[in-house]
Amino acid sequence: MTSWAKRCWAVLREMSGDDAYERYVAHWRASHAESGGVLLDRAAFFKEEQRRKWEGVKRCC
Amino acid sequence: MPSKETNQMPRPIAIAIWIGVAIVGAAALGGIALNRGEPVNGMWFILAAVCVYALGYRFYSAFLAAKVLALDPTRATPAERFSDGRDFVPTNRWVVFGHHFAAIAGPGPLIGPTLAAQFGYLPGTLWIIVGATLGGCVQDFVALFCSIRRDGRSLGQMARDELGLVGGAAALVGVLAIMIILIAVLGLVVVNAMRHSPWATSTVAATIPIAIMIGLFMRHLRPGRVLEGTAIGVVLLLLAVFGGSWIDASPTLRSWFDYDGPALALMVILYGFAAAVLPVWLLLAPRDYLSTFMKIGTIVALAIAIVILNPEVKMPALTQFTDGTGPIFGGKVFPFVFITIACGAISGFHALIASGTTPKLLANERDARFIGYGAMAVESFVAIMAMIAACVLDPGVYFAINSPAGLVGAQAADAVAVISSWGFPVTVEQMQGLAREMGEATLFARTGGAPSLAVGMASIFSSAFGDSLLAVWYHFAIMFEALFILTTVDAGTRVARFMLQDLIGNVFPSMARTSWYPSVLACSGLVVAGWGYFLYFGTIDPLGGINSLWPLFGIANQMLAAIALCVATTILVKSGKARFAWVTALPLAWLVVVTSSAAWEKLFSADLRVGFLSHANDLAEQLATGKLAGAAAEQAPRLIFNDRLDAALTLFFLITVWVLVVETARVCRAALAGKSCPPSTETAHVPSRLVEDWVRD
Repeated sequence: MTSWAKRCWAVLREMSGDDAYERYVAHWRASHAESGGVLLDRAAFFKEEQRRKWEGVKRCC
Repeated sequence: MPSKETNQMPRPIAIAIWIGVAIVGAAALGGIALNRGEPVNGMWFILAAVCVYALGYRFYSAFLAAKVLALDPTRATPAERFSDGRDFVPTNRWVVFGHHFAAIAGPGPLIGPTLAAQFGYLPGTLWIIVGATLGGCVQDFVALFCSIRRDGRSLGQMARDELGLVGGAAALVGVLAIMIILIAVLGLVVVNAMRHSPWATSTVAATIPIAIMIGLFMRHLRPGRVLEGTAIGVVLLLLAVFGGSWIDASPTLRSWFDYDGPALALMVILYGFAAAVLPVWLLLAPRDYLSTFMKIGTIVALAIAIVILNPEVKMPALTQFTDGTGPIFGGKVFPFVFITIACGAISGFHALIASGTTPKLLANERDARFIGYGAMAVESFVAIMAMIAACVLDPGVYFAINSPAGLVGAQAADAVAVISSWGFPVTVEQMQGLAREMGEATLFARTGGAPSLAVGMASIFSSAFGDSLLAVWYHFAIMFEALFILTTVDAGTRVARFMLQDLIGNVFPSMARTSWYPSVLACSGLVVAGWGYFLYFGTIDPLGGINSLWPLFGIANQMLAAIALCVATTILVKSGKARFAWVTALPLAWLVVVTSSAAWEKLFSADLRVGFLSHANDLAEQLATGKLAGAAAEQAPRLIFNDRLDAALTLFFLITVWVLVVETARVCRAALAGKSCPPSTETAHVPSRLVEDWVRD
């Protein structure tokens, strides 16, 4: 039961973008850490993410 | 390809279950279709819809996936090939489903069915169910598939690649035009819901500072904590709904929020401009989080309430207004029911979403069926619930709320006399009692669909979850509708601004810089002026504006769907699937018939409430012969101009559709004959590395 609740919570977080930063850090460590890029902090990442998200058709009638 | 479900279940049991679903669905559909004169339970609508969607999903979409599109789970999706952790991210199918559904479900499927209920419940319900299963779901699915096979390209790009320059340009201009009309008509819906209603106006106004507070919270206090911010925002929104009743009770406070239509229209216009030029994090993004949560929460609550309550549908299956004399909008059931209900049955706008963010998230091509076909089936189900909510009202009450004063009379006694004479009895006392219960001054002539939907939802919610709070439920429903209508206004204005900047940028390159403030201000101003014009004059139109704007929006939206289906049909033909091209060509043909005949009637019908031109000529004649006096004479030249403008837009939509259809036919013929045509731009097969249990070639 608790594992099921945890799973739901994880899906809710992923769906709402609440865990976007954690996912970004994981992706960065996996793919970009060696190439020596800069890891954005939480505030900077969120800023960049919102700017990017709202370019284009995102909502319908 | 055998599906997962049948693999898990013994075959005879699966067959028996699906035969059962088919029988229940057919019985429910037959019950609501053949019933005359007796009230029908809302449950039959739900059953009919759910069974048809289930059958459509299980069998038709499986056929599309296996035979027509030949989905290939071993093929790497754009999300896998370009995985960058930002735009292209392989994502859990349920999460993509949630994103996609939140993006496609807007106010359209709630408002369209409410307006179309004037024909009775049957035409709208059948069109929603059949249109979605064979048209809308297919369009979304195929558009998503085409985009996945083309690196996640947009509908506009695909139109240019597959159909050539003419097709691409038509798609681009079409999208821009539909945005303008869409925002105007949605703005008008909100304005009509807030007109002389301090409670509604104050609650809707409160959503702006609440969104800004949440924006600041998520930006500075707790960066990126979306769920925390949204939870606080939802609590504040609910407080705003309750607070509205307190404002409504105080004579001084109430006068601060009591405005007529034109004044509210100017405020919405000002708001739209501000929202388009302010940074997204301040207003647009937090408002979107709130509206998405509210939208999904309320839709789920409405579904639960309808199932608990089994409300009785009081609207007849068909009304006399199928002959074209309906008070809410003029025009016969064919073609106008198919124009009025766009979202919910088939919506061209979805093709933009299905070729936007969603294709960049799919981890596996196989998921396109679940997300493309499935999400649209759910959206269509929302439209069915809106239809039920409209039809549980007494028909007399429904018509009293939705008929414009210009048609039934501005005085309550006149309006009830006219509406009762149609055979839908209603009394002044009944309407006053209802208005009092809902905490409103009056519910007469509240056109646009939002107030009547809110009354329907409030009566369903209060019966299911507690009777005492009718007025609160009503204003909650208004707030919920206004919240995501305003999100569409914001987001739409922004998108239209980007497109305009892009378009003008072809001539003046500096205008294309999206962060250059003079360009931002100028292009936002142009876009807002475009929809603001239609919105403002919609509020002073004696027939209520919705009457002329909603059909225009419907035609534009169906035109966009026709563009998407043209592109899809071309792609099917080019990829050697010509024998299956009917899956998109038939819905396309139907849409072309519907949009063309609707556009033709809007242009040339002699009926003054249908034909833009005959209405303009009639007004011009009245003006010339001095039959109009006072304010009517002053307004007349403007109304005449607007009619002609609407006619020009309709003509433009009509021509666009036919240019596209001719181009599609030309390219398809060339492809079939092996002559030269733009080649299919499908990207080459790259094996997926995400499917571990698959034997790769």
